[in-house]
Amino acid sequence: MSKLELEEIEIGFTGATQTVRVLDGVSLHVGEGEFVSLLGPSGSGKSTLFHIIGGLHEPGAGEVRLDGERINGRRGFVGYMPQQPALLPWRSVEANVLLALEITGPVTAKEKTLAREWLVKAGLGGFEREYPHTLSGGMQQRVSFVRALLGPHRLLCLDEPFGALDALTRQQMQSWLLDIWELSKRSVLLVTHSIDEALFMSDRIYVLSDKPAKVLREIAVPFSRPRREDVLSDPAFARLRSELYALLRKEELADASH
Amino acid sequence: MKGKTWIQAGWPPVSAVILLLLLWQLAVSGGWVEGWLLPSPIQIAREAWLALPRIGMHTVATLRITLLGFVLGAGIGIALACLLHLVPLLKAALYPLLIVSQNVPMIAVGPLLIIWFGFGILPKLILIVLVCFFPVCMSTLDGFARTDRTTYDYMRMLGAGKYQLFAKLELPYALPFVFSGLKISATYSVMGAVIAEWLGGSEGLGYYMNLQKSAYRADREFIAIVIIVALSVLFWRLIVWLEKRLIRWNVKR
Repeated sequence: MSKLELEEIEIGFTGATQTVRVLDGVSLHVGEGEFVSLLGPSGSGKSTLFHIIGGLHEPGAGEVRLDGERINGRRGFVGYMPQQPALLPWRSVEANVLLALEITGPVTAKEKTLAREWLVKAGLGGFEREYPHTLSGGMQQRVSFVRALLGPHRLLCLDEPFGALDALTRQQMQSWLLDIWELSKRSVLLVTHSIDEALFMSDRIYVLSDKPAKVLREIAVPFSRPRREDVLSDPAFARLRSELYALLRKEELADASH
Repeated sequence: MKGKTWIQAGWPPVSAVILLLLLWQLAVSGGWVEGWLLPSPIQIAREAWLALPRIGMHTVATLRITLLGFVLGAGIGIALACLLHLVPLLKAALYPLLIVSQNVPMIAVGPLLIIWFGFGILPKLILIVLVCFFPVCMSTLDGFARTDRTTYDYMRMLGAGKYQLFAKLELPYALPFVFSGLKISATYSVMGAVIAEWLGGSEGLGYYMNLQKSAYRADREFIAIVIIVALSVLFWRLIVWLEKRLIRWNVKR
């Protein structure tokens, strides 16, 4: 049984003048311990999809199932890493990463020790007492990820976590995230509009069309784990990249002609 | 370059003030302005020295009700804002009334309060509270409304309930806004106290000014004005200092 299953999710938003169909029958699944990417153009409703999975919105149609159980509109079932780090500026790094645990109940001493261990593993050792405004963008994202990891949820949704970083930092962060992920192997659903990122990090990729979004293609990524950066120069990598690029380009042109 | 030292930044306005005082003194000494209409700076300074004990006593009285009124007003303002935020129905019902309440002139309300509550400290306190609570209430409500959307959605997705969101996110986030309101309230509170004393008091700077007005002692009125301004500024600085201590994370980019 899959960890997460989305079946024919549809949603539209009614604005002042018109109803915009954002998602038009999106179906996908994430297996236990799998790293799955959602690749699609900007503005294609990927964040909306996360909001639906997270229970902030109810879909107009379709079902969201976690471990087989229907969780439409119910909150508190998945871990989430938003596009901006969204750290609480008045809390230290330590206090920030404990936030997800606090929501579900008082934090035990054991959990605090675990948090510190993870901060060290994430390369943030020595920064526990710092405040977010003293950290760089990349480090804030790392804190945000550790916070997501420390939550009790077995599924993590990552919403374009490295979009705001420069190319060099981005590459480093991708490797870093994979290393950390290898240590706990949660199920991950990553949203990105970078083909390279999707290919480098995932086991499978779903390609989304533009609004109204549907799944255009599902691609299995053949590279072995743990991923090393030399996979970027693998010929299969280049071939898949061209394929995905062509697919997205076609979609872009088709959309532009409307 | 760290920025100007206070000497570099301060000498232009300080020189301007000194120049102004010199001109003022010359105007009175030279006979162009009558001394009883507009006393010279030297006259004022001399009178200030003589009248120090009396004025000191009134200043303390004003300070007392100012602080009391401010703390009460700010407290009520914050509490009301929290209540209105947590109970949207109340907010819809009371918000327009709040706005209207601020448009009623203090000078009209003052005598009414005295009729209802007598000449004691109560009507004065009520007046100051009325003046102080509004900026704090509004700024706080504004602060609650401006919570960062991303963080708000994130915490909701985690399963946070309404009161968790309020305590962990909205309240701390609104603190800088609360302090904006407190700063405005602080300056209003001193004025409020003086006016309240003016309308019906038996002590305090407002009462003192009333006395001196009847006695045509412009020099003593000037002293009172200077003290009032100094109090307002000091009060402001106190709030700013408090803000720096409490909100170290609000680094302006």
